[in-house]
Amino acid sequence: MTTHQTELRLHVPEPTARPGEEPDFSSLAVPNVDETPKPGIDIPAFDTYPLATGMVRVMANSPVDPPSAAVAKTSAWDPELSTADKLAGYRNMMVTRIIEEQFLMLQRQGKAAFAVRSLGEEAVAVSAAMAVDASTPGYGPGKDMHFPTYRQAGILVANRHSLVEMTCQMLSNTGDRLKGAQLPGLHSVTEAGFFSVSGNLGTQMIQAVGWGMASAIEGKRNVAVAWTGEGATAENDFHSAMVFASVYQPPAILNVVNNQWAISSFQGIAGGMNSPFAQRGIGYGIATLRVDGNDFLAGYAATQWATERARAGYGPTLIEWVTYRAASHSSSDDPSRYRPKNAADSWPLGDPVQRLADHMLATGEVSQAELDQIRAEAESTVEAAVTEAEEMGTIKDGINTPPREMFQHVYATPPPHLVEQAASCGEDLLADLNTGGHDH
Amino acid sequence: MATMIEAIRDALGVMMERDKRVVSFGEDAGYFGGVFRCTEGLQQRFGPHRSFDTPISESGIVGAAVGMATYGLRPVAEIQFADYMYPGYDQIVSEAARMRSRSAGEFTAPLVIRMPVGGGIRGGQTHSQSPEALFTHVAGLKTVIPSNPVDAKGLLIASIEDPDPVIFLEPKRLYNGPFDGHHDRPIQPWTGHPMGDLPEGHYSTPLGQANIWRPGADITVLAYGTLVHVAEAAANESGVDAEIIDLRTLLPIDTEAITASIRKTGRCVIAHEATRTSGFGAELSAQVQERCFDYLEAPITRVTGFDTPYPVGLEWVYFPGPDRLVKALKEVMSY
Repeated sequence: MTTHQTELRLHVPEPTARPGEEPDFSSLAVPNVDETPKPGIDIPAFDTYPLATGMVRVMANSPVDPPSAAVAKTSAWDPELSTADKLAGYRNMMVTRIIEEQFLMLQRQGKAAFAVRSLGEEAVAVSAAMAVDASTPGYGPGKDMHFPTYRQAGILVANRHSLVEMTCQMLSNTGDRLKGAQLPGLHSVTEAGFFSVSGNLGTQMIQAVGWGMASAIEGKRNVAVAWTGEGATAENDFHSAMVFASVYQPPAILNVVNNQWAISSFQGIAGGMNSPFAQRGIGYGIATLRVDGNDFLAGYAATQWATERARAGYGPTLIEWVTYRAASHSSSDDPSRYRPKNAADSWPLGDPVQRLADHMLATGEVSQAELDQIRAEAESTVEAAVTEAEEMGTIKDGINTPPREMFQHVYATPPPHLVEQAASCGEDLLADLNTGGHDH
Repeated sequence: MATMIEAIRDALGVMMERDKRVVSFGEDAGYFGGVFRCTEGLQQRFGPHRSFDTPISESGIVGAAVGMATYGLRPVAEIQFADYMYPGYDQIVSEAARMRSRSAGEFTAPLVIRMPVGGGIRGGQTHSQSPEALFTHVAGLKTVIPSNPVDAKGLLIASIEDPDPVIFLEPKRLYNGPFDGHHDRPIQPWTGHPMGDLPEGHYSTPLGQANIWRPGADITVLAYGTLVHVAEAAANESGVDAEIIDLRTLLPIDTEAITASIRKTGRCVIAHEATRTSGFGAELSAQVQERCFDYLEAPITRVTGFDTPYPVGLEWVYFPGPDRLVKALKEVMSY
């Protein structure tokens, strides 16, 4: 008999660096942009295995790419976007970054109850939303549906949702279309193809699969686009989603945003140490891509591929986005308690906004002055939107919504017990019913 | 004449015929037609895309149903036994029930989740539970439980047509006949029972309306599902002229029918098979006390399952049968 270890102990994964230590991302292998092949959209799911272990990349300008490679190497995944599309992506990421920074400030001023940012990972939601929107004439928001988490506000920006309305929801004010029912940032914007964000993690994954199943049941090609962080892939809903997606092959994209951190738990606590999250897709028999999440063009190309695959009836795709949560988890979180303060600065895949800018400057498509101009416009647009929204009040003002709103949307028609309870708050729901003022 | 199984199958068939948005699915519920046969023939009739088998995953079944409902379908999901519901409970409570509220009406989840409940079939602790109170406690859900084939069909049709999520509980001991709790007597079929005489075609029984199952003057019995039949037997055997109210819908509850009866009789017995503490009977008792205190001539009395798991070997000790109800009726009358 061989004794392998003198003592068996519980294995608890630890990140490579804690506060006070130097960030160490040496375990992340970053392949060159020309290393990952691009198969046809009809590839059998299992044959995507190399894409689940490799990394779809287009822009060879991350901090770990050799400097000379900036424009030299070409990727099979280059979506060959026009300069106008790239600039739209740059603008959408910039607006997302600026408005979320504003939301955090509003929270610090006591004007919003809560705030979440996607700082450092803006390319993920923005590139995906733009790719889905542009994929097929006649589809996009209103036909396709994103099932996001609170960290995909970039979808709303890319899909041209009103920044004023977005801010009103953050402030729980009189302009809040959700009538104060939902935490700031947990938007619901059907016309922007943005499903109601739950707040309970992972539940939207299987709902998106069910939505895609419904599309298939009706013989339609509307695509469901599900979003989760890597931490919530541990939830049973993720696995239900994977099984159902594998069984019924709905038109769906299952996005796992691996931003390395679930509040204070690094991705190893979600089981990411021994194999990339992407490989789980292969295990379920689902086509899988692993993407440089800070590469706007790669994200666009990967989503475009998965959307076309779904639309054509070849079934679902899992996409793991490798990125880094440069921000705190939320306005209630202090990351300096559990990771090195400057960790985001050492992230091998760099900053998504800067990389797209560097790319366009290197190709000579745009000048720094043009980028500066876009930034200035984004800042003034956001400022104007926030100012306008603040005129409709903030949560600091107290109650901005008539109490009846609390009762009205629980059921299509308020049942007697809610009519009675509303009456105890001085609200006459029956009067609303009689005037047709209740919910549809 | 029809069994409750046939009534449920008929309701599904009527609705799938009328409305292409209605789909039916669950574990073994497709080709085979369900372990209780409620969906038998639907796949053959409507095709596998509208009646299909699912993986053994209640969170998947309910979560997918929520997604389908928000898309615009009218899913009817079968949970094989209510006892298996718990992995899907988060999707029911946090998602289906709150979808309309959290999106201010932008997204809604008009779905039905069917599940067999109750004991008396030697199912033991994992095939006998009555978890209705876990649903009636949740804002945004409706909870329905028929006691007979005619109501089962009408209530299921109303549930499928309802714009909100409905939990449809099927007392499995009633599937094949009215059961009055006398487990040692021959099984009665629905044949010959007036409520087994199923009307053809489409009809709906409104949600939120109780039914006076047996009119009476002395005492009001609030019951639902299997216990309606047990209460009827107890009334007949005790000689107490009990008015039995079959609640049919637990939420929204028909407060008017309850209060009207108790203001008439002045006495109230509440009967259910579920465990006692924090059971639905506690809510009924509170409402009766709040609304009928001045009319009560005796304490409100509950006859329920015990606060134990449902034991296969002691099933008929656990089950609140006619003897326990007779005793309660007599005690309340002699107070």
